[in-house]
Amino acid sequence: MSEQAETGEANATVQKMGKVDTSTVPTPTAPQAEGTGRVKMSGKDVCVHYGEKQALFDVNIDIMEKEVTSLIGPSGCGKSTFLRCLNRMNDVVDICRVSGAIEMEGDDIYAPDVDVVHLRARVGMVFQKPNPFPKSIYENIAYGPKIHGIVRGKAETDELVESALRKAGLWEEVKDRLAAPGTGLSGGQQQRLCIARAIAVQPEVILMDEPCSALDPIATAKIEDLIHELRENYTIVIVTHSMQQAARVSQKTAFFHLGILVEYGETETIFTNPRDEKTQGYITGRFG
Amino acid sequence: MSVVFVIALLGLIAAGYYLGQNRALRYRAADGPRLHSLPSYYGFYAALWCALPAAALLLVWMAGEGMLIESLILADIESELTGLSANEVGLVMNDIRNLASGGITSGDPSPLIKAAAQRYANLHHISLMAMFVLSLAIGAGGLLLAYRRVNPTFRARNRVERIIMALLMLSSTIAILVTIGIVLSLLFEALRFFAQVPFTEFIFGLKWSPQIAIREDQVGSSGAFGAVPVFAGTLLISFIAMCVAAPIGLFSAIYMSEYASRRFRSVVKPVLEILAGIPTVVYGFFAALTVAPFLRELGNSLGLDVASESALAAGAVMGIMIIPFVSSLSDDVITAVPNAMREGSYGLGATKSETIRRVVLPAALPGIVGALLLAVSRAIGETMIVVMAAGLSANLTANPFAAVTTVTVQIVTLLTGDQEFDSPKTLAAFALGLVLFVATLGLNIIALRVVRKYREQYD
Repeated sequence: MSEQAETGEANATVQKMGKVDTSTVPTPTAPQAEGTGRVKMSGKDVCVHYGEKQALFDVNIDIMEKEVTSLIGPSGCGKSTFLRCLNRMNDVVDICRVSGAIEMEGDDIYAPDVDVVHLRARVGMVFQKPNPFPKSIYENIAYGPKIHGIVRGKAETDELVESALRKAGLWEEVKDRLAAPGTGLSGGQQQRLCIARAIAVQPEVILMDEPCSALDPIATAKIEDLIHELRENYTIVIVTHSMQQAARVSQKTAFFHLGILVEYGETETIFTNPRDEKTQGYITGRFG
Repeated sequence: MSVVFVIALLGLIAAGYYLGQNRALRYRAADGPRLHSLPSYYGFYAALWCALPAAALLLVWMAGEGMLIESLILADIESELTGLSANEVGLVMNDIRNLASGGITSGDPSPLIKAAAQRYANLHHISLMAMFVLSLAIGAGGLLLAYRRVNPTFRARNRVERIIMALLMLSSTIAILVTIGIVLSLLFEALRFFAQVPFTEFIFGLKWSPQIAIREDQVGSSGAFGAVPVFAGTLLISFIAMCVAAPIGLFSAIYMSEYASRRFRSVVKPVLEILAGIPTVVYGFFAALTVAPFLRELGNSLGLDVASESALAAGAVMGIMIIPFVSSLSDDVITAVPNAMREGSYGLGATKSETIRRVVLPAALPGIVGALLLAVSRAIGETMIVVMAAGLSANLTANPFAAVTTVTVQIVTLLTGDQEFDSPKTLAAFALGLVLFVATLGLNIIALRVVRKYREQYD
């Protein structure tokens, strides 16, 4: 390990900003830039403090509509913090303070007249660890639509539950046991249930915080396929520790390091021709 | 004498530990085969083999000694006892025992009794000595046996762990045995009661008036043992108490665990728990002297007829008393619901109150029901407040402004003072106790079922 790291460093000094040793770099396979080309959300000089400690420094980023944006970077680099700013999940943390502006279609989501409940209905979230409610599969999906009054009556709810489960690719597996508790599913199924739950609220943006970190490779592949499909209708922001995953699923990639957005651009560019040394070091596995 | 014995036994046990360990250490020093266990395990093994047989002998001896000596004494004075009933024999034996321990006897003891007492004291002394010597001997024997088994291949660690496990098992069985004992003692006394008063009359009778005529010419004390009014009173007061405690306790638990700042919580929670530390007698004062008159005044000004001892006053104060049971336990279970549940709900755009109502509370339900059950059993078992604030008259009523009585209060009044233990009046207390026990047991079982059916299990 240490030997590798040393030679890596040597390489870096020799190559400086030159070509990357592509053998260790994941090859981007996701179709590039097919979105609408409109900016869905944008961060402007976003700073986040946890008490005295600053976790994010002046992040400027434009998240494009109907594209998958992946946030990568070593642990503690602020990528999850930024993700949680996008639907104001950080509001729950007492000591967290957000400054700068985050806009969604031109409106500041931190403006005083914004109802955070409506914002979260538009910007859904899937968490690192699958966290289905301790309710039936049906109730898990119906929960969001019910509290937002999206559906009326049983027939409509049934329909919405089915369509959400279908979109999440879970319908065939669970259609016979909708009354069974959601916690009884396997880890991968639980995570897809959580995605279905988020879809059911009909959001515009879906945030995913390391959605596959607790899953095996097969379940991970299923989720990634799902992300591909969802991209047609939703804007997706995904935090991931796996650079292969970022390369496979995303069109845009943002690399965070120590709370700073180091580099942001087309996934293909980031992985084949990064501008910054740190990005290069990270994606080739030399640090992080 | 006993002190010397205890010290000797403890010394023997310590010696057992030391010897066992030492022998093991010697094996280790001798570079023989590797010891199976750590030397201290050999020590523990020897010490346990010394302590347990000695303790067992002490227990058996103390349990059997009294009967043995008594039968010896009774055989001695058999001539004196001919024609006496079992109870009278018991009285004589009592005299002998009192005399032996230098106490006072009933009347002037005959020389034969005096001699018997002397012999009783002697026998007791001898038996005590024999017990000490024997248990020390058995302890030493056990020690020797264990000591000789110490060798490198002997699995002392496994043996010691097995003995410890057996001790743990014994402790848990004792709790069960005591429960069974309590139930049986209740049951036998209650059966004696039901031999005199029909079971159906007790369970379905609507009139409770346990005073029984002692003299023939006494009026108005027929003795009616219909327990319905008493149980109705218990239910009424417990219901009122839960009406006070359940919402206040639950709501304060929700506020403290979900909304309150850490500072507020750290002040209020201990203060609430102080409520649980106030003696129930003090609550009784409060109910009888403050709440009951206040309610009566209030009722009068509203044109209601409120008795000065009312179920409402007792129930309300009892409810205040059990608030901390509900709030503290519910607070703990609500806090224990994983944050991932809350975040999942917030992430879907649920408000805080929707999250609490539809995710957190269902997940915490089993614990909350447990807390409520504990509160109910406290309310049913509570006596002092009711004695002081609700009165003794067994009215069959659902009117919270009337005076009622409860099962526990009746048990207290039936059993306090000089009582004959074979009159239905006294025995009724046991029947009440038994039915109360069965009722709370049933309540627990039903609640467990309900919880198992509706619980939403996270993880």
